[in-house]
Amino acid sequence: MVGFNKLGLKNLGNFAIVLFFLAAPIFSARASSDEGESTEEFKPGDMIMHHVKDTHEFHLWGDVAIPLPVILWTDHGLDVFMSGGFYHGDGTVETSKGTYVMHHEKIYYAGEHGEEGHAAMPLDFSITRNVFSLFMSFVLISWLFISIANAYKRRGSDSAPKGVQSFFEPIILFVRDEIVIPNIGEKKYHKYLPYVLTLFFFIWINNLIGLVPFFPGGSNLSGNIAFTFTLSLLTYIIVQFSGNKAYWKHIFWMPGVPVPVRFILAPIELLGTVSKAFALMIRLFANITGGHIVVLSLASMVFLFKSYVVGGVVTPFILFIMVLELLVAAIQAYVFALLTSLFIGMAVADDDHH
Amino acid sequence: MELLTPSVGLVFWTTIAFLMLVFVLAKFAWKPILQTLRIREESIEEALKAADRAREEMSELKADNEKLLAEAREEREQLLRDANKVANGIKEEAKNEAAAITKRMLEEATAGIEAEKQLALAEVRNQVAELSVEIAEKIIRKSLGDEKAQKALVNEFLKDKSFN
Repeated sequence: MVGFNKLGLKNLGNFAIVLFFLAAPIFSARASSDEGESTEEFKPGDMIMHHVKDTHEFHLWGDVAIPLPVILWTDHGLDVFMSGGFYHGDGTVETSKGTYVMHHEKIYYAGEHGEEGHAAMPLDFSITRNVFSLFMSFVLISWLFISIANAYKRRGSDSAPKGVQSFFEPIILFVRDEIVIPNIGEKKYHKYLPYVLTLFFFIWINNLIGLVPFFPGGSNLSGNIAFTFTLSLLTYIIVQFSGNKAYWKHIFWMPGVPVPVRFILAPIELLGTVSKAFALMIRLFANITGGHIVVLSLASMVFLFKSYVVGGVVTPFILFIMVLELLVAAIQAYVFALLTSLFIGMAVADDDHH
Repeated sequence: MELLTPSVGLVFWTTIAFLMLVFVLAKFAWKPILQTLRIREESIEEALKAADRAREEMSELKADNEKLLAEAREEREQLLRDANKVANGIKEEAKNEAAAITKRMLEEATAGIEAEKQLALAEVRNQVAELSVEIAEKIIRKSLGDEKAQKALVNEFLKDKSFN
């Protein structure tokens, strides 16, 4: 069933899949005519993993894909070229700095080890699909909120918000009044509010972009561990640098417990600071990636069973999960912002509750 | 496991993009937005407080008005009471004075009448005395015109005298 892979299932997002299954009988008819020639089967696992992971090209449909720039830090310095060569021809790319091969979206030196012995890897700073999506969200979010800020400047404080401004104002106020102030406190929240606001909207909008099934959406940026790792690492750094005397005292020399217990508690507490950030990282990653996997798995059923009945049953399910994912997109942004505020609040809290 | 391994490139770009976003938004978006929101909230709060103050002032004014009204009513009552008292006083005084004058006039009249009466009586008495003397003279002159009568009178007189 070459048809399925060729028809671009790997990058098709969720809405497209709903449309796609409607046309499935046509493709399956074509696929069955190919059966004699091909032994390749549709593997939902591969398709899903391919979607969920990062790639070096942006797949549009069928054989059409946009090659993205590859940026490598090699033994011989910086090497920049387009990714097209990895997907066409023999899959190796030769530049003045070296020859590379790509295997499962990882780039290796095509050295003396040959294609099998891909031991050495250059550092890959490529503009992958996720990085492309990241830049896009950067531009989108900057444009969105700067234009909202201009609306505030133009309309002043005397007039009611209007348009986009009135849509985002309650959300901004919600982040300020329900997330940041209750957790960090009235006195100290000013310093952290811009960070938490940016964090909230950055995660939320990237979650939503991930739900858009076709170009330029369809990436799984906020469900990528590198993305969640970076954000939780920043939160971790901010929390540790915000920590006051009381915070560190509670970690290394817990007041109110016997001295020998303090020695036991210190490493546990120290590990606790890391595990909080770790939980942040895993939570966002698992929720978003999980959502993508569920939708893609449901869609895969259509192609496994090749049946109208399954299609008719699965479509409402996909729709339901999609709506759920819209909710999850907001909830996960909320949870990340809330926990970040909570951890900062714990680090800056005055030692007055003893 | 590959899913759980952060790739260096994406970590690098995410860090740069996110930090840039934080700084760009903090400077160009959050600052003006939050500032405007704060100013608006303050002005709303101020307006609410002003409305509260106005309401309080109104109620104070109302209370003042009522107090003034009550005072005015009290004053009116007092004035009426005072006026009544003064009027009554004047009436009483006039009555007393009238009574006194009447009494004096009566007394004077009575005294005058008495004096006139005494004078009249004295006059009458004098007149009577004169008339009596005249009559007596006339009688005497007439009765003592003849001797006999004189003698009879003297005899009678003497008779009386001797019996005393």
